[in-house]
Amino acid sequence: MKQASPFRFHLVALVAALALAGCSNTKLDTDVPVESRSTTPGAGSGAAGSGANSGATTQSQVTPIDLTKSTTTAGMGNLPRIVYFDFDSYVVKDEYRTTVEANAKALAADRKRKIAVEGHTDERGGHEYNLALGQKRAEAVAKSMTLMGANDGQIEAVSFGKERPAVQGSDEAAWAKNRRAELTPK
Amino acid sequence: MLKRRSVIACAAGALAVPAWGQFRVEISGVGATQLPISIVKFRDEDRAGQAISSIVRADLERSGVFRIVEGGGALDESSSPNWGEWRGRGSDALAAGSATRLADGRFDVRFKLWDTVKGSELIAQGNAVQAPDLRLAAHRIADTIYEKLTGEKGVFSTRIAYVTRGGGRFTLRVADADGEGGQVALNSAEPIISPAWSPNGRELAYVSFESQKAVVYTQDVATGNRRAVANFRGSNSAPAWSPDSQTLAVTLSRDSGSQLYLIGRDGENVRRLTTSQAIDTEPVFAPDGKTIYFVSDRGGSPQIYKIGVGGGAVERVTFGGAYNISPAISPDGRTLGFISRSGNAFRLHTQDLSAGAQPTALTDTSDDESPSFAPNGRLIIYATRAQGRDVLMTTTLDGKIKARLASAAADVREPVWGPFGR
Repeated sequence: MKQASPFRFHLVALVAALALAGCSNTKLDTDVPVESRSTTPGAGSGAAGSGANSGATTQSQVTPIDLTKSTTTAGMGNLPRIVYFDFDSYVVKDEYRTTVEANAKALAADRKRKIAVEGHTDERGGHEYNLALGQKRAEAVAKSMTLMGANDGQIEAVSFGKERPAVQGSDEAAWAKNRRAELTPK
Repeated sequence: MLKRRSVIACAAGALAVPAWGQFRVEISGVGATQLPISIVKFRDEDRAGQAISSIVRADLERSGVFRIVEGGGALDESSSPNWGEWRGRGSDALAAGSATRLADGRFDVRFKLWDTVKGSELIAQGNAVQAPDLRLAAHRIADTIYEKLTGEKGVFSTRIAYVTRGGGRFTLRVADADGEGGQVALNSAEPIISPAWSPNGRELAYVSFESQKAVVYTQDVATGNRRAVANFRGSNSAPAWSPDSQTLAVTLSRDSGSQLYLIGRDGENVRRLTTSQAIDTEPVFAPDGKTIYFVSDRGGSPQIYKIGVGGGAVERVTFGGAYNISPAISPDGRTLGFISRSGNAFRLHTQDLSAGAQPTALTDTSDDESPSFAPNGRLIIYATRAQGRDVLMTTTLDGKIKARLASAAADVREPVWGPFGR
């Protein structure tokens, strides 16, 4: 199970993900409610327990997020999902052509399927400019997929900029892992 | 205005001034001309639960305009100071006061400011406040002193907003201008970036990733009412308020590419402002509301440009270096603050907006981000890294006086300074 961010991982999500793994058409709620009050200290490591006081809010704000990132959609579950980019580049390199093509074909085979292409950057530079750079990467991948048979309406190119690094660290090895586009079934 | 006497211009580099009392305010640097002032501990401030005099001292010191002269003695607003003694210490001005608990639980906060050179009273004020407003009362005293002695409005009672990250949570907070007294405006498991105050100080616009993509929200700070004002296909980001609060400039990718749009505050009436094959983002209105400054890589590298709110010709503003982002415009419209990269260092710069002016670096740090001007234009708040953490700093426009704002354990970023008028 690949984790996009170290923050996301906890056992509750893993258990829930396994429980739902067999459901092919489960519609997962990605519209995460946001609290307008302070978090309980330590909620990150014990979110399930803290739900006792605050009821549904705490559970729903944790569970959907983790499920979204950890479950797979039947039929697309085994496809490679990540395209890496060179520094300051938006070019989809040849070595990721098979990744893009496999996902594009899966979309072409089932027009009901939808996918989000999430662009990411390394940590250097401003939040907003990196958001735009990540968007450019996502759109480059999305365009390649449409050229390979997917419909434009099946793909939403979005960006997380530098906000959701795959790897922590401030060296080229970490940066290279973070300059990426992730293909996430919706 | 006080006459400035015996002002010592200390040209030597950064001088560490000890933090006051309980405060974690770290101030470094010495300005060319600083007015020496003493703020005596307020009578009964310990019983009030807020270190009023320390708050006032830290505020004045952070402004870069004042130099705090230590001096003790039990004084309050009704005292008759020994002028010779205070002159001997080198103070040009002296403030003292008291915080008396009233029968209804409020505190009567009084203070007086004297000119020690002339031996005369400059101003005296009293105000009864609830306990939660004692910090605000202290900031207002600092504002009064600042305005009386400089002739300009102080910004100490204004508010800032910023985002903290810790424990896998992202939190948008609203705090006093010194970084203290933070309150949560939004708590999320997903990133929050680019907060922007509405010109009346009542609302924040920001970008939240809570729905697994960038969406622009506005939120009434007092009531918590919020709405998604830009939630189109693709990414929605970089909100900026027009001076009349009626319009937001945003970056949308709904028509592919990151481009600038204007949108009504209710989310209606979307108009495309730029049409380029490049990245156009980080719009910010000039104070007159007629011009929008923004970042574009249309020339091959990110630079700051400007365009009229009605569209039309685009004019390049920055030329030095290959990476200039995050424009902020001073309240008088004359100075551009921005982040410029040289080598691997991202540094806060300013540039006079009159034609042909050269940029000036204000820091020697290497991870500066997100500059925002104080509403009186005398300070810039920005984010940087220190000791492996994201921290907030303020600096005077000449870069000489910097203060690190208080923060708890979490990383702090994306500061934005609110308007006058709390």
